[in-house]
Amino acid sequence: MTEPISRQDVAHVAALARLRLTDDELDRFTLQLGAVLDHAADVAPLDTAGVPPTAHPLPLVNVLRDDTVVAGLERDEVLSQAPAVEDGRFRVPRILGEAP
Amino acid sequence: MAGPSGPLSGMAASSDGPGSASQIARAVRSGQRSAVDVVDEHLTRIAEREPGLHAFNTVLADEARAAAVRVDGVVATGGDPGPLAGVPVAVKDNLCTRGIPTTCSSRILEHWVPPYDATVVSRLTASGAVVVGKTNLDEFAMGSSTENSAFGPTRNPHDPTRVPGGSSGGSAAAVAAGFAPLALGSDTGGSIRQPAALCGVVGAKPTYGMVSRYGLIAFASSLDQVGPLAATVGDAALLLEVIAGHDPADSTSISDPVVDLQTAVDEGVDGLRVGVVTELAEGADADVAARLDEAVKALEAAGAKVDEASVPAATHGLAAYYLLAPAEASSNLARYDGVRYGLRVDGSDVSDMNHLTRTAGFGNEVKRRIMLGTYALSAGYYDAYYGQAQRVRTLIIRDFEAAYADHDLLLSPTAPTTAFALGAKTDDPLTMYLSDVCTIPSNLAGHPAVSVPYGTGDDGMPVGVQVLAPALGEYAMFRAAGALERSRG
Amino acid sequence: MTTATDGWETVVGLEVHCELATATKLFCGCPNAFGDEPNTNVCPVCLGLPGSLPVLNRQAVELAMRVGTALHSEVRPSVFARKNYFYPDMPKDYQVSQYDQPLNAGGWLDLPDGTRIGVTRAHMEEDTGKSTHVGGSGRIQGANHSLVDYNRAGVPLVEIVSEPDIRSAEQAQAYVNELRAILVATGASDARMEEGSLRIDANVSVRRVDATEFGTRAEIKNLNSVRSLRRAVDHERARQVALVEDGGRVVQETRHWNEDHGATSSMRSKEEAFDYRYFPEPDLVPLDPGPVWISAVAGGLPSLPAARRAALAAKAGVAPADVALVVEQGLDRLVDAAINGGADPRLALARAANEVAADLAAGLVLDPAAFTDLLRMESERRVTPTQAKAVLAELLANGGDPVEIAADHGFEALADDALEAAVDAVVSAHPSQWERYAGGDQKLSGFFVGKVMAATDGRADGRAVTVALRARLP
Ligand SMILES: [Mg+2]
Ligand SMILES: [Zn+2]
Repeated sequence: MTEPISRQDVAHVAALARLRLTDDELDRFTLQLGAVLDHAADVAPLDTAGVPPTAHPLPLVNVLRDDTVVAGLERDEVLSQAPAVEDGRFRVPRILGEAP
Repeated sequence: MAGPSGPLSGMAASSDGPGSASQIARAVRSGQRSAVDVVDEHLTRIAEREPGLHAFNTVLADEARAAAVRVDGVVATGGDPGPLAGVPVAVKDNLCTRGIPTTCSSRILEHWVPPYDATVVSRLTASGAVVVGKTNLDEFAMGSSTENSAFGPTRNPHDPTRVPGGSSGGSAAAVAAGFAPLALGSDTGGSIRQPAALCGVVGAKPTYGMVSRYGLIAFASSLDQVGPLAATVGDAALLLEVIAGHDPADSTSISDPVVDLQTAVDEGVDGLRVGVVTELAEGADADVAARLDEAVKALEAAGAKVDEASVPAATHGLAAYYLLAPAEASSNLARYDGVRYGLRVDGSDVSDMNHLTRTAGFGNEVKRRIMLGTYALSAGYYDAYYGQAQRVRTLIIRDFEAAYADHDLLLSPTAPTTAFALGAKTDDPLTMYLSDVCTIPSNLAGHPAVSVPYGTGDDGMPVGVQVLAPALGEYAMFRAAGALERSRG
Repeated sequence: MTTATDGWETVVGLEVHCELATATKLFCGCPNAFGDEPNTNVCPVCLGLPGSLPVLNRQAVELAMRVGTALHSEVRPSVFARKNYFYPDMPKDYQVSQYDQPLNAGGWLDLPDGTRIGVTRAHMEEDTGKSTHVGGSGRIQGANHSLVDYNRAGVPLVEIVSEPDIRSAEQAQAYVNELRAILVATGASDARMEEGSLRIDANVSVRRVDATEFGTRAEIKNLNSVRSLRRAVDHERARQVALVEDGGRVVQETRHWNEDHGATSSMRSKEEAFDYRYFPEPDLVPLDPGPVWISAVAGGLPSLPAARRAALAAKAGVAPADVALVVEQGLDRLVDAAINGGADPRLALARAANEVAADLAAGLVLDPAAFTDLLRMESERRVTPTQAKAVLAELLANGGDPVEIAADHGFEALADDALEAAVDAVVSAHPSQWERYAGGDQKLSGFFVGKVMAATDGRADGRAVTVALRARLP
């Protein structure tokens, strides 16, 4: 189908997924993901020209709700689950970059 | 009535037996038995055997007794608590329960307490059922053995050296051990049916959209479906009737009315056309294949017309599944970032904190699937992996349609083997994935399927037979499941 | 400075995010409200709690369709997609947006001067929460930590992406003004930049005036007003031209506009790879509005600024650009009524654009009949322009009947014979000046008009005095 997944590829997807891997893990995951992708490569030679993708098993469209306010959650209950709170807000360490 | 060790001590309870959910509900509603007694009896059983099995992440003894008292109160004042009055139910720990920890068997949600109930949990409570505990699972439902739980594996009640299957291994073990006659599981690639088969209980995955996913912690949204596990086919039908039905909080919920599945169970299979799926029967162990043959003969004896059927694209189900499910999972699990709830490992900045939290909070199988899915969706690979898998999904649906053109139902083994030993497959993810080869196609197609216990393998461990049906084909499916159950006596 | 006299052309494309004026959020029933206590308008869905699921708000779709229809887009079957990236103000660490199948595709918008700006798409998506930065200067850079409020998370947005058809900072400003007028007219949004309900990102590049290819663009963020948009485009243009003329190269990047320094700066901190991994949102089903809904939206659309300009310009016999301000302020109905009532179109436009627009709140509820009467009094010289403005000010402040107001102020139009008498008196009182005026010194016209005005306490009409003076010339 494509090139086998490389150690670099695994490092890249780990970074995209915000996971840190040790060198050993990087080796092991590269092998394991390679084996799964190799099996997945079975679907590559199938002739799917003109076959539409299925994103969803249901033929539903236009599921809509009315624009009516519904009671939400109490702030205290919400914030009780937060790792850190300040001034009624969720506290996080400094943010280095602006949103993309 | 099942003995203190549940169905293991003898036959699984029949639909009419005193230990079945329907019998309990009947007795409680009529005032013959108190819900408190029923719950205490099950809590005693849990206290005896749970330490050796670890079916539960949380046992809710006090909450269950309080709920039973409320049920008895309704009966005492002449009210009707509902169709599951006083029936103990075990709930998979990826279904949200308000005020009760819901962990997904993950460190990242270990201390999370949801502020809301899943729709299926609300429906259970509204029907008089009593939730006795939250059951163990493979972390975020990713696995086929329940060994991927961050809190330790669940063991198979039939042989504690073996796995119960997964990911709903805790729910299957709880029913098999008689901790509760009913349990809720979730099924993304076989996670209800495969553990049901390995533990010798009934497990059904309904048509996609029949049961609300609101409050089910997502693994792969377009495949996930909540369903029942039970000691008997009739009880599985009863529980499915309670939890099924349209939910406006789930955009993928269908509005078709819930049919009377309990009637189907006793209707028989006279005239039904059943096809054994060649591609799914092929890879099964000899003893499993032998039980499937017996099931075919039993259905024929009961009046069904059985022949072979072919779903060629089903052979690609596993490959497509291991691209699609991880892709959706990689996105669904992004929210566990240490900001709003769950685990946080502090870091020098927010990105560092995200990395440290996720690295510490997720187990290896979850990390593997997140990375696999991230890769399948990433620039340059989308079409080759994710896109191609979606088109294969279409092919599988088409091949099923062709097979259902001249069959009402299809038949296959639920799993290629009986329960394997703990640790046997943990180092080889791909081999582990192969346990779901027979169950995955139904998830890809959005179709219902049920696993019915059908004798044992050469090792004495339970074997399951899978009945597959087209979308909304639950009625015929439960007819066949009932006939199979009766044929074992 | 943005004209192409230096041989460089500015190319701008704008991405405008606009909050839709619904009662609730895009996918849950929490209030869509600005300024409430932090984290009080939240629920499992907009907090992205495990297990929660979105359900699409019908009114948000309706408003997004209005925007698309007003922009001449094709309203199409669409699919929501997930845009995946980590950011603490985004509860699910993905944004539900639309990608390859947006609700509104293509379209355009005509500026008051007639320039047509292409619209690429106008798609629906959800807003993020809001971060407050603590420590340092209160900005993201140098802050000690940040605090997140999710009240805004999940508020419905429509993102309107223009073609790179804009050629100057002024045009960029005109585009946003026009777009804002459309958003307000359709009821889709209050479009308040100061409350963040309208947010702009600008893609800016430069090229030689004779070039056919576009230059490399920079995306400018943090534009908090139309004024900062204009300044930022001008600044970025100058920066890029200087860079290229110096032999440098523009880098494709995101730049931050700093209002205090009047400059853009690169936002790249630690190089972080972004790969949004868009895929169809499996928790939502496709949206296919269909012909019935689409034509109902089109049929229910009010008359839009461009059409109102064209209509009023035709009626008043002026160019569309001359009525732009009056239409933008929503005073076209007042002017239209006045013209229908027989008022002079140009006078009606002038009074509306100046005196009425200066007190817009009152102007929007001004009685058209009273306005028309006043304009006619002025045209018929029953009051002077100065008096008319005074009467109008009172009409705006308190309402009433212009005839009565004029009478109360003693603003009787000076009778013709009284005016003639006043002119005669002034002429005979200043014989030497009259001699010079009669001899051709036009500058003295003002002197005589002023004297007559003084002698009549301002009740004389300046133009009538000039006419009377001319009539006395030999
Ligand atoms: Mg956007
Ligand atoms: Zn909400």
